[in-house]
Amino acid sequence: MRKRETNWPVMVFLILGLSTIVFPLYMTIVIAFKQPSEMSNTISGILSLPKTWSFDNFREAMKVTDFWRSLGNSLLITIVTVVLSVLIHSLMGYALGRNKKHSKFYNFVYLFIVSGMFVPFAILMMPLAKQTAEMGLANWFGVILLYVVFYMPMNVLLYSGYLVNIPFALEEAAKVDGASTWRTYWKIIFPIMKPMHATVAVLTALAVWNDVMTPLVIMAGSSQNTLPLAQLNFQSQFGTNYNLAFASYLLSLIPILIFYLVCQRQILNGVVNGAVK
Amino acid sequence: MKNERKRTFLLITIPILALFICFNTIPLIRGVYYSFTNFKGFGKYDMVGFRNYLDLFTDARVLKSYWFTFKLAVVSTIIVNVISMLMALALNSKIRAKSFFRGAYFLPNILGALVVGYIFNYFFTYIIPALADMVGIEALGSSILSNPDTAWIGIVIVCAWQAIAMNTIIYISGLQTVPEDVYEAGGIDGATGFKKFWHLTFPLIFPFFTINMVLCIKNFLMVFDQIMALTKGGPAQSTESISYLIYNNGMSGGQFGFQSANAVVFFIVIVIISTAQMKISGKKEEQL
Repeated sequence: MRKRETNWPVMVFLILGLSTIVFPLYMTIVIAFKQPSEMSNTISGILSLPKTWSFDNFREAMKVTDFWRSLGNSLLITIVTVVLSVLIHSLMGYALGRNKKHSKFYNFVYLFIVSGMFVPFAILMMPLAKQTAEMGLANWFGVILLYVVFYMPMNVLLYSGYLVNIPFALEEAAKVDGASTWRTYWKIIFPIMKPMHATVAVLTALAVWNDVMTPLVIMAGSSQNTLPLAQLNFQSQFGTNYNLAFASYLLSLIPILIFYLVCQRQILNGVVNGAVK
Repeated sequence: MKNERKRTFLLITIPILALFICFNTIPLIRGVYYSFTNFKGFGKYDMVGFRNYLDLFTDARVLKSYWFTFKLAVVSTIIVNVISMLMALALNSKIRAKSFFRGAYFLPNILGALVVGYIFNYFFTYIIPALADMVGIEALGSSILSNPDTAWIGIVIVCAWQAIAMNTIIYISGLQTVPEDVYEAGGIDGATGFKKFWHLTFPLIFPFFTINMVLCIKNFLMVFDQIMALTKGGPAQSTESISYLIYNNGMSGGQFGFQSANAVVFFIVIVIISTAQMKISGKKEEQL
């Protein structure tokens, strides 16, 4: 019965606190729709709604930042990275997780890869810029390869941790039926790890989608942009037209906002799982 | 049968390990190698031994970037953890529309740090001074980002805005592991308010506190996007983070070798802090 009570002071606090999130978003939307002539320095002028809800700023921003191409690049890089991560990292997590207990070699490989988490991008950045250029990988494909490597420590840790809870008996049973290890993995183990695939997919997708540094360093010469990189590279072209800039910012936030609205539960679960394990 | 299994595992491990070595270990080794040269990023170079490392400790700009980065990391970590803990307690109490609030408060974390930085940059530069003028607060009359003494505060605010969302969610999942009857037992003993939190709740969610500390410190030490969007290291190089300095001077400033040495030191610092944190928190958890 006590459970039904609502803690009203806390409710008020939470509603007021929400302004710290709503206000910046409200301002972003309002500025994105306004015209430069509507911008003023009075409180009412700053807070007011735009006179007309015209999409001109957005059309212009799309042209300036080559929006559709940047969006396409971001989607391509994110989706391919997530798919490769789920396939490759789960396999590696399986191979290492199942063998590290009784094999010094696998245990060493496991520790070797997981300790990659400590390596900051700052130390890899300069050699990688050189290396990818030498290998002809200074493009989106190189960026994907690098992501697959960068997120490997974290994801292998997650997968091999999850495997501890999956009994050996399942594989043994399949073995008795004559299935190969490879087949057993894809038929039995891979589907069982589904909850972990969701966690890995969410964490990798969020990290890749919002990353600036890797494409900035690797794709600098390729005249290709990801969505965040386009904001950085076209910053000077917005000049003092903040309305145009904000329209562009808003455009770049919309895909992830839609993704969040649709998959909020999975995202929250994924983020918590990833951090806690 | 046994051999088939062994072979399959090797066939999985070797190529993936090779990929990892190619794009993680080899660049790391190359980075260490370059740190002993006077390489500019192009052209010829010579080995210079430990000179880069010796120069690091007397280079005012490098020292300044370390001071700034650590100041940012420590202050942000404290602010973020205190606020996140309060938010988590509030979001875990008896409220309505719980999942709506949790969803809304997590929102900042999914947005890209660069664009968030640009948006706040405009707020700091135009909106807050305008509002301050109106209300008559002179201290905020000009952008805090344009003053070398206050620019770092702007960066703390933007970092915290996004990190609080993340840490709150982790604290909530910690609070959910605390069983109801612990509170009931506590209630009988007369524990209330802060005392109840400090003696009952906090020890139980200590592992989550550890996770948040590690996450915070590591992320803030590597801060880059926010600097790029808010200040580009200025004014007067007062907000150059270590990552930003390495990127800026190493990639285009002709200091490839020197900044490689900086990166190696930074790497060692990260390793030391991470292992120390894990040791300390591991011990505390054992005691509990």
